[in-house]
Amino acid sequence: MTSEAANAPAPEPTDPLLSVRGLEVHFPIRSGIVFERQVGAVRAVDGVDLDIPRGATVGLVGESGCGKSTLGRAILRLVEPTGGRVSFDGVDLRPLEGEELRRMRRQMQMVFQDPMASLDPRQNVQSVLTEPLRAHGIGGDHKARVRELLGLVGLPASAASRYPHEFSGGQRQRIGIARAIALEPQLIVADEPVSALDVSIQAQVVNLLEELQDRLGLTYLVIAHDLAVVRHIADVVAVMYLGTLVEQAPSDDLYARPLHPYTRALMSAVPIPDPVVEDTRERILLSGDLPSPANPPSGCRFHTRCPFRQPTRCDDERPVLRTVAGHPQAHRVACHWAEDIEAGRIQPVASAVVEPDAPAA
Amino acid sequence: MSLSEIEAATESEQVEQAAGNLRREAWRRLRRDPVAIVGFCLIAFFVLVALLAPLLAPYAPDAQPGRGMITPTNIPGPSAQHWFGLDASGRDELSRVIHGARQSLLVGVVSMLLGMIGGLTLGVLAGAFGGTVDSVVMRIVDVMLSIPGLLMAIAIAALLGASLTSVMIAIAIVNVPVFARLLRGQMLAQRGSDYVLAARSLGVRRRSIVFGHILPNSISPVIVQATLTLATAIIEAAALSFLGLGSADPRVPEWGRMLADTQRYLASAPHLALFPGLAIVVAALGFTMLGERLREAIDPKYRR
Repeated sequence: MTSEAANAPAPEPTDPLLSVRGLEVHFPIRSGIVFERQVGAVRAVDGVDLDIPRGATVGLVGESGCGKSTLGRAILRLVEPTGGRVSFDGVDLRPLEGEELRRMRRQMQMVFQDPMASLDPRQNVQSVLTEPLRAHGIGGDHKARVRELLGLVGLPASAASRYPHEFSGGQRQRIGIARAIALEPQLIVADEPVSALDVSIQAQVVNLLEELQDRLGLTYLVIAHDLAVVRHIADVVAVMYLGTLVEQAPSDDLYARPLHPYTRALMSAVPIPDPVVEDTRERILLSGDLPSPANPPSGCRFHTRCPFRQPTRCDDERPVLRTVAGHPQAHRVACHWAEDIEAGRIQPVASAVVEPDAPAA
Repeated sequence: MSLSEIEAATESEQVEQAAGNLRREAWRRLRRDPVAIVGFCLIAFFVLVALLAPLLAPYAPDAQPGRGMITPTNIPGPSAQHWFGLDASGRDELSRVIHGARQSLLVGVVSMLLGMIGGLTLGVLAGAFGGTVDSVVMRIVDVMLSIPGLLMAIAIAALLGASLTSVMIAIAIVNVPVFARLLRGQMLAQRGSDYVLAARSLGVRRRSIVFGHILPNSISPVIVQATLTLATAIIEAAALSFLGLGSADPRVPEWGRMLADTQRYLASAPHLALFPGLAIVVAALGFTMLGERLREAIDPKYRR
């Protein structure tokens, strides 16, 4: 279940398809009945740097409310960023307006979490799949194109005349994927593409996404909270916490040697399908909930819940993503104490660790 | 025909095709619903009566066949000759109720349509653009809502003079905010939905999103509201006529005015209040029954 061949044509680090720098999405909090004034801001995305190499799959993980969906939408300009830069294939997306932006959308598509909600209940599949073609004035035989698209996602041609409510969840997601590839985009942002589906269907859809990537040369940003799904599909994984990235690394390296305390806690929650290893697995529990993004903690965002928290730096100095000796250049982490934690010089507080010899059996 | 026109034509064709299929489903459910059928039959009955009034009515509405039978103490009630009895001027009550259907239905339909057109225009503006446009439009609507309907209608009638036209305009204006708010709320809810986001990410133009996705998915409650508004419009028209704001022409019977005219004889000739009152209630009931069931038939939540 490792992602090997996917990055066969070694992507040049100098030429990422998508490059995000210092991206911010702050939603204003307004107050007042007659005259509204801004009393604060929800910092849903607060300074994210992310590169997505051409043809690669970048996984974005984090718990609910950490801003990962907002980040995905801000990249596509479905949510207006309040700061930072997004450049796609060398084109800066932020200043694009109106018709220019609309034409640019052809290159970047989205797959949604809830396939039912993302399909207009009054549109049959034929209409769903030809809408993007009509919107961009693409001529040709639309009927044939719909058949082709349905074939690509593994649906029969007879599906064209049916309506979303006549399909199962997995089939609907296939329709959503067919719609996303109708314009032959370069980038697809998949926002929790399988989390609304039955577990038995998830693998099929994940495999379909991978298959389409090989056939069409797609680049993916896959947003998920399921670490197993991300591990399976992603070449590079970015871990998000409270609006910022805390760690970013090639998938295998991240899963083998996570550096950030948050990533370690996430990884320690994943069961290992090997009873011997599973029995000796040490788990790190996080206390408390995600702090409010309207009033994020100072310094390191994670310090309020971090089992490795140190008395200095953590609460007043905001860490930036940096490389750590002994790890590949692409493995970057935003923790002041990453080396010490990895070397075992800093131990987690005892209350956060669940020893393996306290089994639930 | 330019290329874009052809595109637009095929686009609307496909949207229509999609909507047509769903409409057929709704229609099938509606046809099996006894309440809807009764409602529809009542409406059809009144429409037929209104259309065929001159043929159905035994007398002209302004003829006075029973002039000699009227005395200050005796207004004859229903008889074989005059099924609904005679009114205070010796006119055949049945003929007047039949002819009155024309006025009531006309007022109901026209005022509903005017109100709906006005309301939909404001609602689409607010729902499609949001933001400042929404705020401005909805404040106007709030102002309209803040004036009591009857007061507004009286003011309009006073301004335009008592006539059928002013009654229709008054009822239309009272109904504008209802439609505007309803549509705007529906559209706002749809605007945030995933499929609208999907359409945006596909690069579909705003006009197409509004008219191809948001509006068709918001319109069902409006159709239902229109049916229900017909019922209230008939009642409101009767109320305004009752207050003397309707047509002043005594030769043109109108249910509300007929009720008003019989006030003084309520004790001695209750049939004069009964029949027009019954007509108003039954006509309104027909529209309400159909409207309520239409709501259920169209609502996707009831779809199996």
